[in-house]
Amino acid sequence: MADPMRIRAQAAGDKATVRVLMSHEMETGQRKDASGKVIPAWHITTVAAQLNGKEVMTAQWGPAVSKNPYLQFNIKGAKAGDKVAVTWTDNKGDKRTDEATVS
Amino acid sequence: MTTRRQVLSHSATVAALMASAGLLPSMARAQSGPFNAAAFEAKNMADALKAFGSAAPTESKEVTVTGPDIAENGAVVPVGVSTTMANVKQVMILVEKNPSALVASFAVTPAVDANFQTRVKMGQSSNVYAVAITNDGKAFFAQKEVKVTLGGCGG
Repeated sequence: MADPMRIRAQAAGDKATVRVLMSHEMETGQRKDASGKVIPAWHITTVAAQLNGKEVMTAQWGPAVSKNPYLQFNIKGAKAGDKVAVTWTDNKGDKRTDEATVS
Repeated sequence: MTTRRQVLSHSATVAALMASAGLLPSMARAQSGPFNAAAFEAKNMADALKAFGSAAPTESKEVTVTGPDIAENGAVVPVGVSTTMANVKQVMILVEKNPSALVASFAVTPAVDANFQTRVKMGQSSNVYAVAITNDGKAFFAQKEVKVTLGGCGG
């Protein structure tokens, strides 16, 4: 249902830079539609990243993260060929995991 | 130049924001747990001051927050937080004048750098705070003012 994430992981020295572009509305719950009704909040609440199946990072996000969120972070000790997986969960219980290989 | 008075007042502001975000009392809890809805809904400062007894964050040069001086589009403001401190367990991004101050909170493990970049929404020009919490519960922050010109001429 949700569109796939775009993940790039590039090794540089002893760490890998991971860039993730997620596809999500990130509705704040502050806006109103044409008839004046509040559009309910719909945003990613938790993000987790795994390196070769081991969790390295988790994040909690509020609705103030931009639409189609971008996230960049560094994983220490990741080498070319390692698998990086990123999972997000939103406040409607929707979930998506995508994986990329460090290059 | 920053006077002591300014430092103290900013320190109080951040503590208030964090307390209003429900973070100070919950610091002892595992941060990677389920979504802390209360923290992200908190918006008022009055509650904050009640819970203020906890360690107030101190400004630190070891925490950095990066962002534009002027953001033309408040819906997409690139913000980065990082710290060179050891033993950091959590870093956060807060925008002072947003309806809910807390934007994002990252739980750090030894396997990642305490260095994150993302994009945030800002309703208006405001201070952006980066807060780092160490394993022993101390909080440090850095701040940057970002002006938002929403649909303006970009000047």
